[in-house]
Amino acid sequence: MINWANFISQCFNGLVLGALLALISSGLTIIYGTLGVLNLAHGAMFMLGGYAGWVAYSYTGSFIVAVIAGSMFVLVVGVVTERVIIRSFYARTPEDQLLVTFGLGIVFVETVRFFFGSLSKMVPPPPGLVGITPLGFMFYPTYRLALLAIVAAALLALYVVLYRTRIGMIVRAGIEDAVMVGSLGIDVYKVFMLVFGIGAMAAGFAGIVNAPVVSIAPDVGEAILVQTFVVVVIGGVGSFPGAVLGGLIAGEIISITSMFDPGYSYVMLFVAMTLVLVLRPYGLLGTAGRE
Amino acid sequence: MTKPDVTKNGGPAADGLSRRNLLRQAAATGAGIGAFSMGGAGNIQFIPAALAQNEPPMGTWPAGSQGPTVSIGATVPLTGTYAASGSDESKGMQLAVDHINEGHPLIKKIAPKVTKGLLGKQVKLLVADSAAKPNEAVQAQQTFINQNKIILMTGSTSSAVAVALNHFAEREKVLYVTAITGSNDTTGKDCVRYSFRQNFYGQTAAAAIGPVLLKQFGKNRKSAFMTPDYTYGHTVTKSVNDYLTQHGGWTMVTNQVSPLGTQDFSQYLTNIANSGAEFLLNVNWGRDAVLSIQQAKQFGIIPKMTLIVPYQTPFLAKEAGPELTAGVYAATDFWWTLEDKYPLAKMFVEAFDKKYGYKPEWGANNSYMQFAAWARMVSEAGSFYPPDIIKQYEKGETFPSTVGDVHFRPEDHQAVHPVIIVRGKKPSDMKNKEDYWEVLEVLPGAPLMQTPDAFGCKLGAYT
Repeated sequence: MINWANFISQCFNGLVLGALLALISSGLTIIYGTLGVLNLAHGAMFMLGGYAGWVAYSYTGSFIVAVIAGSMFVLVVGVVTERVIIRSFYARTPEDQLLVTFGLGIVFVETVRFFFGSLSKMVPPPPGLVGITPLGFMFYPTYRLALLAIVAAALLALYVVLYRTRIGMIVRAGIEDAVMVGSLGIDVYKVFMLVFGIGAMAAGFAGIVNAPVVSIAPDVGEAILVQTFVVVVIGGVGSFPGAVLGGLIAGEIISITSMFDPGYSYVMLFVAMTLVLVLRPYGLLGTAGRE
Repeated sequence: MTKPDVTKNGGPAADGLSRRNLLRQAAATGAGIGAFSMGGAGNIQFIPAALAQNEPPMGTWPAGSQGPTVSIGATVPLTGTYAASGSDESKGMQLAVDHINEGHPLIKKIAPKVTKGLLGKQVKLLVADSAAKPNEAVQAQQTFINQNKIILMTGSTSSAVAVALNHFAEREKVLYVTAITGSNDTTGKDCVRYSFRQNFYGQTAAAAIGPVLLKQFGKNRKSAFMTPDYTYGHTVTKSVNDYLTQHGGWTMVTNQVSPLGTQDFSQYLTNIANSGAEFLLNVNWGRDAVLSIQQAKQFGIIPKMTLIVPYQTPFLAKEAGPELTAGVYAATDFWWTLEDKYPLAKMFVEAFDKKYGYKPEWGANNSYMQFAAWARMVSEAGSFYPPDIIKQYEKGETFPSTVGDVHFRPEDHQAVHPVIIVRGKKPSDMKNKEDYWEVLEVLPGAPLMQTPDAFGCKLGAYT
């Protein structure tokens, strides 16, 4: 028995969740694609964006300021992290890179816990976006609708930067062949620093715009990190369009399965990932040889 | 139901028997007890008899109580979904330990034979983070046993942890007082000789809040449940739903089961929004409860459906905001305004507030009271030998607590303890910033409880 109102509502939920996952995953995927570093601190970046935004919100009471502060703070954290720590690990084994980013994630989470405690913090949505909007088939929280638009705009901005600017061209070239980019006289380290910063900022931005939906706590990034990895695997490592497609697919799988039994939503997500790995190991929109 | 006489007059637990006789008796029945006692018995063989006083060493006895201090190992969730409650609980534990060591008047009301310290020894609390995960809790307690020779374990705040530590306690022969655990199984099918639970649980919560709900909202209503996917969630939901269906003809139209630590409840809430339910019974706990309630409001489910919290989570009103908990019925174990009714509650709330700067929630009270009860049992028994302490508990003597007189049932080691029904206050009715809940009823524990064997409890051997 399918309740159609419920089905459409769940598809809509999937769209909102998928857009959010797409944004976080695109940050992860461009970092991995360009730098070759799998950033296990990406979930912590998501969390840091939320907290930085929350601090800004508590001082100013402005949601816009919170979003800007959250994103900028994580951009700076990303740039500094790359310059001080990650750069020393490019020449080392992937295991070392995993360990150092994993450790960084723990440091960020525990630092936040030390200063702000474990109680969750709420950033309320901006005044105009409080309440519920009737969509015909269901009532939907207004802010979640707005979130869809906000995230879509952010993805569009990321697209423009990556595909319509000179720096974006260098980044995309770096994903294909970083050595070649370097030998063309471009300072790849400067590009790497920027890419790490922008990738982190995508997560930080998602962290603060998502804060009114789920509220924030020090470990809010842990669960999202796992989902993000699945998205990147499904979409194709290093592929920005792949991250968007993978995010939407993951969001819909989780939501539609939930309609029948939420207990199986993650099972189905991993089934999908396994299928992709078996049939197309480099991901739906990935390129062979990059995985 | 009154306290069964057998607990007063003895059975095998009575005073008159010497420890040697008890050992002999345990040995005679031990063959049938099974694997748990085998490990313990095996260990005993290797330790020279010269170490023992009257009995062969067992667990951390007597090594753990030979120095000037005795240690308690606590594994509480300091991170993750239940972190807020875990931190509150560890504060209650620390306060109790401080009070035992200084011979505070409150602890002496509950355990009159406590002087400064316990049987002449100072008590030390060791705390580790369990993240509410059974494997991490067991590992940390194993380390405490090996390195610190702890004589008591505590901490759970996930019944999955409590059940794991129950069996661990039985195997290691080290006493365990559970801290917060709401599953029927903890003193039901997973009960053990070495563990004691103080607080309320699924069955008593259901029997306490059920009649209040039927009286308030009438019969034949439609309910939606939100259930965390582990032993606590499943047993509480079952107990509450059974009560409402059997006594009031309510129908459960949907039960949304979510994993511990869920952050986005939109999928679950969408199913509930489309289910036609009139009441939302939210069994989620800790941050899961806070998030699911906040998001239910975002989806317009609250106030369209009436929210009911059958097993209250500490800090719910503080985190979710009193606007959301206004008018919400909940069953709980303690609320600080009970200080108007119980002098011991007043002493506890004042001491806690003075040390930590806020009013204690029920987790802190539970932590304090279970240590106070343990201190009473140890000091009355005059011994750190685990079977002596267990038998002291099993006498079932009543003793004063922050919610009136309580006692432990010898058959399943569950405290007979009142359940408190509260209703959320509107922000305009709050007399101060922590005045979130109004106490409606204090229901005596005994009539709410199942018979001790109803959930399959079979306690193990003493040694």
